[in-house]
Amino acid sequence: MNYLAALFIGLGLFFFAVGTIGILRFPDFYTRLHAAGKCDSLASLLVIAGILCHLWQDFSLASLLVGGKILLIAAFVFVASPTATHAITEAALVLGVKPWERTRKRKA
Amino acid sequence: MIERVFLTAAIVLTVLMILSLVRVVGGPTILDRILGGNVIGSKTTILLLLIGLLFEDLGMFVDIALAYALLNFIATLGATKFFLRRRHVFLDELESEPIHKEAP
Repeated sequence: MNYLAALFIGLGLFFFAVGTIGILRFPDFYTRLHAAGKCDSLASLLVIAGILCHLWQDFSLASLLVGGKILLIAAFVFVASPTATHAITEAALVLGVKPWERTRKRKA
Repeated sequence: MIERVFLTAAIVLTVLMILSLVRVVGGPTILDRILGGNVIGSKTTILLLLIGLLFEDLGMFVDIALAYALLNFIATLGATKFFLRRRHVFLDELESEPIHKEAP
């Protein structure tokens, strides 16, 4: 069970790292938004699954309550993260941020 | 052994948050900064859970993490709405290809 928790946390850290690299390296606002919005919710869920694997090894009322709250965090992340991404995208579209095109000449 | 995993994960998360801070400080537009703040907030929620596991007081830290997730969501929505309302604040920041709208 401990190995399962370590595996889940490692996978979650991998997706966090990939999302951060995407935020730093992508050329455009929309592509950066894509990397951030997808990787973060998946990585959060994986790390939370790892923590739950560790937490529910000894089964008691207190750990059940804490695990329920952690599941509440997971559910909230799954609702809130796409909503926040959608709101930022809508603001960018309305404010007129131009998408990146390959044909356009680069500055540097 | 599993505590070492939690500690390593917390340290790696902190390093990733510092890397995300690059986008917040040097983002070309304001929306990039909001996005970076959102990403750092969602990493902080997980980091608070890991800190609670390390200090063996998860029952307290899980409430803080829940409150932080709610606050992060509200802050992102609020900042987005603010810059949708005040377009001129955004247009001053946008260096490349500003929008020229006809005066109303």
